[in-house]
Amino acid sequence: MRHRPRLAVWKFASCDGCQLSLLDCEDELLALTEAIEIAHFTEATQASLPGPYDLSLVEGSITTPVDAERILEVRRQSKCLVTIGACASAGGIQALRNFAGIEDVVATVYPTPSYIRTLATSTPIAAHVPVDFELRGCPINKAQLLEVIAAFLAGRKPAVSSYSVCIECKRRGNVCVMIQGIPCLGPTTHAGCGAICPAYRRGCYGCFGPMESANTTALAREWQARGASSLQVNRALRSFNAAAEAFQTEALRHER
Amino acid sequence: MTAGQSGMARCINLAALQVLIQLLAGDGYAVIGPIRRDDAIVYDRIAGITDLPAGWTDDQGPGHYALVRRGDDALFGYAVGPDAWKRFLHPPVETLWRAQREGDTFTLAAPRAPAPRYAFLGVRACDLRAIAIQDRVFCQGAYTDRSYADRRRNAFIVAVHCGGVGGNCFCASMGCGPRVDAGFDLALTELVDPAPHRFLIEVGSEAGAAMLARLDSEEATSSDLDLAESVFKRAASQMGRHINTRGLKELLQTQPHHPRWDEVAARCMACGNCTMACPTCFCTTIEDHGSIDESSAERVRTWDSCFTLDFSFIHGGSVRQSASSRYRQWLTHKLAHWIDQFGVAGCVGCGRCITWCPVGIDLTEEVAALRMATDPGSTVSHEHP
Repeated sequence: MRHRPRLAVWKFASCDGCQLSLLDCEDELLALTEAIEIAHFTEATQASLPGPYDLSLVEGSITTPVDAERILEVRRQSKCLVTIGACASAGGIQALRNFAGIEDVVATVYPTPSYIRTLATSTPIAAHVPVDFELRGCPINKAQLLEVIAAFLAGRKPAVSSYSVCIECKRRGNVCVMIQGIPCLGPTTHAGCGAICPAYRRGCYGCFGPMESANTTALAREWQARGASSLQVNRALRSFNAAAEAFQTEALRHER
Repeated sequence: MTAGQSGMARCINLAALQVLIQLLAGDGYAVIGPIRRDDAIVYDRIAGITDLPAGWTDDQGPGHYALVRRGDDALFGYAVGPDAWKRFLHPPVETLWRAQREGDTFTLAAPRAPAPRYAFLGVRACDLRAIAIQDRVFCQGAYTDRSYADRRRNAFIVAVHCGGVGGNCFCASMGCGPRVDAGFDLALTELVDPAPHRFLIEVGSEAGAAMLARLDSEEATSSDLDLAESVFKRAASQMGRHINTRGLKELLQTQPHHPRWDEVAARCMACGNCTMACPTCFCTTIEDHGSIDESSAERVRTWDSCFTLDFSFIHGGSVRQSASSRYRQWLTHKLAHWIDQFGVAGCVGCGRCITWCPVGIDLTEEVAALRMATDPGSTVSHEHP
C-alpha cells in the first residue's frame, strides 16, 4: 500500500459543527480512511498520533492566549493547513466581542469573571499563521470539504468558487427573492452553500461570508432604498462573519 | 389539406391548444411552458392549458418584478419570465464526460442520459432571436457544441407574439420584436377580446405544418387578422425602454476610460445576475472533480460569468480586478464586440438584466449616459430606482 497522507483535525473556539461535516461524510468515510491516515481527530477518536501531518483541517477562531500559542505549533507540524468554517476563516459569531468591551462581555456571561483568561478579540487563523486554503461556511458544505481533500490528495487546486451566491442561485433556477422584496445578502456573499435559503424563499444570511470583491456598500444602499433600517443592515452583517472585512466595514457605517 | 400551408392564416381555440400540448407530449417531447411558481411566471414542464398562468401578468421595472392580475383570462398575457430558454438548451450544469480507472489505464464514458426532446410553448420574439444568437455561438464556425446542437435540432418551438410588453422591454430598439418573424415551428397570436378566446396560428416549418394539420382549426376571418394586427401595434407602442443603437458599436469601443464605468461600478455588486438571466450570455467554466480514492473523475461544465474574478484569471492573477472593468467588459461585449465576433449584437432587448439586477442597473440608461457624456459639458444624472 502506498504512503497514506496523514490528516489532523484541530479545534479552536468553535461549535464543532464543521468537524461534524467530516463525520457526516458517511458514504465517503471508508474511502477517505483508505486514502488518508487520520492521525489526530479528537471529535472522532481519542487516539492521537504525533506530527508532522500532511494535511491539517483547522476549525475555530483564536480567542485565548493559550490558543494563540497552540496554533503556532499546529502550523509547525502541518505541511498544508486548511481552515474550515466561518470561525477559522473570519472569527465566527464570537467575533461580536470585537465590537464591545471584553470586560462587559465576560461579566455578562460568567458569574466569576476573574476565572476567565481570554483575549479581547476573536480572530481568524490567518491573522496568526499562514493558511494554505480557507474553506468558508457556517457550517462548511461537506461536498466542498471532500473536494478540498480530494484536490489536496491529487495535488490540484480545489474547485471552490469565491463568486456570489447569486450565481449558484440562478444556476439552481430560483426566482430572485431580493427582487421580490425579501432582503438578501446573496449578491455579496461567497458561494458554496448552493443557495439553500433562497431556494426556500428566504433571503441569504451570509453564512459563507463576503464573496471576492464584495460591494457591501451598494447592497446596503439598496436594502435601505427598499425600506430596511440602518439597524437591520447592521444586524444582518453582524452574524457568523461579522469580523470579515467587507461585512465589518459596512456594518460600522450602520452603527447607531 | 391546406391547413398549415405557409401564408394561410388559421385560428385554433382553447381546446385545440390543449390538444397541441397533448400531441407534443405524445410525440415524446418534454413540453415546457409558462407556469406560476414562486410569485413569478417561469418556464417549466406543463401537462395542459390549466398549468398556464391564466389572467396573470408581470409588472417589471429596474430591480423589480411582481405578478399582478389582468382584467381578462389571457394565458400569455405577461412579458418574459426570469429565466431564458437557455436553461434547457444550454443547461446550467452539464457533465461532459466521466473517467473510470482500470488498473494502469482508464476508460472514458459519455454522460448517461441522452438529450431530451423539448417542445417550448410561449417563446417570445426576443427569445427566439436569443436562441438564434446562441445557435451562432454554439453551432457555427469550426467547432460545434454537440450537446447544444442535439438539443436544438430536436426542439419544437411554439412562439407567441407579444400582446403587451413589459416595463423593461426594448426589443424594438434591438430590431428583435415584438413581432415574431422567424425561427419557430408554430406561432400564436392570442385573441382574448371579443370572445371567443382563440389563437391566430402561423406555420414556420414543415414540422409546424404537420402539427397544425393534426389540430382542429378554422380559417382566420378578416376581423381576426385585424385584431391580431392591433395586438402587434399595441405591443410595439408599449416598449418600456429604448436604446439608440446608431453608432453604438463605435461609441462603446472608443470609451474604455469613460468615468461612467467607475460610476456604475459603485452601484454594481459584480454578483453576475445579469449574465445568468441574459438569454444570450453563454460563458461557461470547466471543473474537474476526482473521487477520494482516485478511481474516477468527471469533467463538469457550468454557467460562468464575466463578473467573477476567476473569469479573467490567467498567469499572475485576474486581468479584470475592478468592477468597472468587468461591467465594461460585459456591456461592450454584449453591444459592440459581439458584432465583430458573431455578426450581430448580443442583446435582444428582453430587459431581464434590468429586472433581475438586485440594484436595478439599467443598461439602456448606462448606454444613454455614455452617449450623452461624449458631448462635452453635458452632465449625467442617475435616478436610483
